[in-house]
This record gives sequence, structure tokens and C-alpha cells, in this order.
Amino acid sequence: MAEIHLKSLAHSYSDTPAGPDDYAIRHLDHVWEKGGAYALLGPSGCGKSTMLNIISGLLQPSEGDVLFDGKRVNELSPRDRNIAQVFQFPVIYDSMTVFQNLAFPLKNTGVPSSQIKAKVHEIAGILEIEEELHKKAKNLTADQKQKVSMGRGLVRGDVSAILFDEPLTVIDPQLKWKLRRKLKQIHEQFDITMVYVTHDQLEASTFADKIAVMYGGQIVQFGTPTELFEQPNHTFVGYFIGSPGMNLIEVQRCPRGVCFGSTVVPMDARQVETLQRLQSNNLKIGIRPEFIQASDIAADDTFEAEVMDVEDLGTYKIMTVKLDFETLKVRLTEDQHFEVGSHVQLSFPEKWLKLYVDEFLVEEKDQ
Amino acid sequence: MNKVPNNRAWWLVLPVFILVAFSALIPLMTVVNYSVQDIFGPGNAYYVGTEWFREVLADERLRESLLRQFLFSGAVLAIQIPLGIGVALMMPKSGIKASLCLILLAVPLLIPWNVVGTIWQIFGRGDIGLFGWGLNALGVDYNYTGNTVDAWLTVLLMDVWHWTPLVALLCYSGLRAIPEAFYQAAEIDRASKWAVFRYIQLPRLKSVLVIAVLLRFMDSFMIYTEPFVLTGGGPGSSTTFLSQTLTTMAIGQFDIGRAAAFSLIYFLIVLLVSWLFFTAITHLDKEK
Repeated sequence: MAEIHLKSLAHSYSDTPAGPDDYAIRHLDHVWEKGGAYALLGPSGCGKSTMLNIISGLLQPSEGDVLFDGKRVNELSPRDRNIAQVFQFPVIYDSMTVFQNLAFPLKNTGVPSSQIKAKVHEIAGILEIEEELHKKAKNLTADQKQKVSMGRGLVRGDVSAILFDEPLTVIDPQLKWKLRRKLKQIHEQFDITMVYVTHDQLEASTFADKIAVMYGGQIVQFGTPTELFEQPNHTFVGYFIGSPGMNLIEVQRCPRGVCFGSTVVPMDARQVETLQRLQSNNLKIGIRPEFIQASDIAADDTFEAEVMDVEDLGTYKIMTVKLDFETLKVRLTEDQHFEVGSHVQLSFPEKWLKLYVDEFLVEEKDQ
Repeated sequence: MNKVPNNRAWWLVLPVFILVAFSALIPLMTVVNYSVQDIFGPGNAYYVGTEWFREVLADERLRESLLRQFLFSGAVLAIQIPLGIGVALMMPKSGIKASLCLILLAVPLLIPWNVVGTIWQIFGRGDIGLFGWGLNALGVDYNYTGNTVDAWLTVLLMDVWHWTPLVALLCYSGLRAIPEAFYQAAEIDRASKWAVFRYIQLPRLKSVLVIAVLLRFMDSFMIYTEPFVLTGGGPGSSTTFLSQTLTTMAIGQFDIGRAAAFSLIYFLIVLLVSWLFFTAITHLDKEK
């Protein structure tokens, strides 16, 4: 087990990177603490796998350091870093039986065979593949193969960390849920640092205590699922977390707040002052569909919008409205009714209305 | 849809049938025909049954030749297969160096067989050949035309030079087909180089190796031109392999009945060994 510290890390697959676009990872500082269960969440191509391969040592970072418990390990091979990694697609050794597959990482380091046997049976029991132990691994189904792949990472009790690179992609939904629970149990039982890469927010929040959201080669936010939902640090987090994601509207500076089209969204004095101080013209406001309040009654702080569509999702409804040429999503309860084509009054509670400058949240403490 | 039985469709098979007939059936049946007759001249042939076969099987010269042939093919496989794998493993994975290696490897394969024989015949000569002269200059008493062991070694060396590239190229293509993920997983699992070879590369080379072994066995078992040009079968009959014995019998001595009977046995041996090997390998695969 180890604390993994990534220090001003950057990586480019090109030998002569010309600009920021050539970098898969850009100037990243992050600490994965000892014994934590973490998820690394982000869209395809944001650098998640690159980061994982840099941690495990399959890839040498172009810049920056990787520290395990404060010790620089950049030059160490995966073997010396003592790290386990499970890949997106199952990798099994075809010519071996399931038992031999699971025993392979232990055999390679000369663990005595009695110990190997005990450990393999323990892990096979947890993954429920005991029946398959003496079958040839190549005759297994895809999800059994992936269990074997995972098992090879889990048999090594002494690893610094286990890295999972979207390990459940090939597994069907029912089993996915079960395996995720298993991983969580294993984490609780053995207390190993685990980093779990995924692009599925549900998977991330069920597995991890804390989630790192990655975007454009950087970690834009690291926090609990609740923090990511209530306090998105970056417009991307707002957009990516939640279903549907946060409503984001491009706005301009106005005397009493910000405005778009002919709509003025008032801000308090301190926020207006902050706005004046900042140079950038890239301003956005964001509010989650869950926090917009809709009613028939107009008030001082409400905005009138036109109902475009109402989608009933069983336990709640998603209403699409048009407010001054901007399309917004609003989450309604089952007993709220609005006719398509009618007008609705919306209010944005101050607590949930976020201001973003250059895509990053203007923090409350700054105001 | 209504299916109409139409037996005339069988005519469509005719071209294939004719092709196979001319390329395989007719020549083979001609040989079978010769093997059961004693022919003295046109219109003067006697049916002799299995007598040629019995005689051929008892023939000391042919037995020796057959033994020599097995020895040669065995040696060829024992050297070329491991060597080919080794060469393939050492080759660069990509880039200009890889292309260069591939071209260099392919060169021996492009040279006609009797040119190969000629090259080595000169190469091995003690007076003007670099190889023979070099060995002699180093104090090694080397003379492939007079010494049986030297002749054997030269024939083997020539075949290794000529055909190992084929095995290497096959293995190289097999190695390149192994996804990078396997090497990554092995590295994570802390596998040694040997374990990577034993448990990842070798199992995944199996199908190309089966082809390589079959090709090399059949080709080496039928070898004719190269040793014929290089040593002419000598010294004595020490490098006279089956094909040469057979050719001498059929064309040199015009002993057609005996040669035909022996051709059939020869053919059956190749077929049998290849079949046994292939069945054994595929059977092993199905276990569990």
C-alpha cells in the first residue's frame, strides 16, 4: 500500500509537442491517499488511461514526477513498483487453466506453492469462479475471463495499489453491479489503495469515496459525489455529472448582475464587484435542473419561459423550456403539470446559481 | 421459394474435376499403373502385382537413403524451428530497421534452388571459396567433397541459410499479431522474459509454428536440387537423399516399375507424417 503523489505531471505521446493540444496530460498535481477507494471519471480521450499507465509504470511521463510514499519512482518498471492493473478488455493466458492464471503473478515472485493455493482459492471464492478453477482459461465466457483478469490483480495482497481501467465494460449490467459491490468489499477487507477509471458516473459514485473528474488532461475537481453534484468546480463537472447535466448559459456583465438576451439575472453587490475585478469575458451561469423552481405564479424574482417539452421518466419529469432563446432543463415532481406551449415562471435560488469565469467556479470565499 | 431438382447443375463441377484430374489424379494413377507392371517396351508389359513393392522395401540402398532422409529432415527441423523463433524474437518491432531486417531475411528465399547449390558449392571450396578457404586458413581441415561429415554439415548449413528465414518470417508475423495488452499484463504480473515467451509468445505462435514445421518437413523431405548441385550425393552416397535415389532409379537406370512403387511409398510417408503431426497438435488443443 502506498500514497501515490503525481507532481506537476505532463505527458505527450509526441516526441516534439508543439502546443497544449499535443498533451494527453497537462500539468497535473494530485495525491491518491493510502488505502482510499477512488474513481477517475471523465469522457473518452481525456487522459484517464494515460494517467493510469503512468502510475503503473507502463508509460514514462514526459514531465513531472510520480512519487510512491514520497519516493520518486519514475524510473522504476511496473515490476519494481509492485502495482496491479486490470485492463478494459480481459487479458488471460490462454494456455493456462484458471488456477494457473490466478497463480501466475504469485509464482513469478516465488511465493511458496502452499501459500499460492490458499490465496488463489480465497480470491476465486470472492469472485465466485471456484468451479472454473481447473478449466482452461480460454474456454471461459467474456465476463468470466474478466473476473480472472481482475483476480490476477487481487491475489497479490502486498501491492502498492490496484488500478482498474474500465474493468466492467465487457460485463453485462446485472453482473456489473454485483462485481462492483465485490470490489468495494475487497477494498474494505484488504484496505488497498484502488483507483477505478470509468466514464460512467453511477459506477464512479457507487465504487468510490472520492471521485476525480478529468477533463482535457487535467483533474478539474476531486471530491465526494455530493460535492461534485452540489458544488461543481468547473462547467465540465456540472455538465458531466447529473442526468441531465447542469444548465449553463453564456452571459454578459450588466450593471446589476449578468444578462443574456433581454433577461437580467441580478447578483448581490459582492458578486458584481468580483465581476468588475475580473478581466475575462468568458462568463457563464449554471444551475442544475433539480434546483430550478417552476410555478404558475409570477413574482419579482421569477422569469417567464415557454414550455417546449415535458418528458415523463416514471418517478420524475424533465421539462424543457425556452427562456430568451436559451434552452433549459427543469426537473419536476410527478404531480407538477405544465402544458407544452404554455408559459411557466422560473426562479433560480441564489444558493444554487453558480457563476463561472473562464469555465471555473467563482468560489464563495472569493466574493 | 420452390426448389427444382436439376441434376444438370452437376456439370458445373466439371472444370474443377478436370483440373484435379490433370493435376493429381491422372499423374498419380499413371504411377500406380507403372508400379504394378514390369515394362520391357511398348506393348510388352507384364502384370506383377505387389512384387515391386516387396522388392523396394527390401532394398538396402533405399533403406539407407530413407534413414538418411529422416536424419536430414529431423536435423533441419531441430535447427531451423528454434533458430527461426530466435531470429523473429530478436527482430526490431517497427521502423526502418524492421523493414531492413525483413528484406535481408527474404533474400535467400528469392534465390532459385540450383543457384543456392552453386553458391555454396563455390563458397565451400578450399581454393577459391571464402568459407572453405577461411576454414582451412584457420587450421580446420575442411573438405566437403571428400569428407562425409563436412559434406553433411555443408548441406545442412546451406539449408539452414536458405530456409530459416521462412520460419523467422512466419514467426515474426505471428509475434506482431499479439496485442500489446498481453505484454502489459505480463509486465504488471511481473513475469520474467522466459515466462513471457513460455506463456504468451509461444502459445500464440502455435498455429504459425504448425505451418512452419509442416512446410519445412515436406520441403526438406523432398530436397533434391541443392545437394545434387552441391555434392552430387557424395562423397560416396553419404548425401544422396531420397529424391536423388529415386531419380537415379527412374531416369538413370530406367527402372520404372521399381521407381513407381517407391514413389508411392515416399508419397505415403510424407502424407502419413504430416497427418500424424497435424492430428496430434489439433488433438492436444481440444483437451479440457
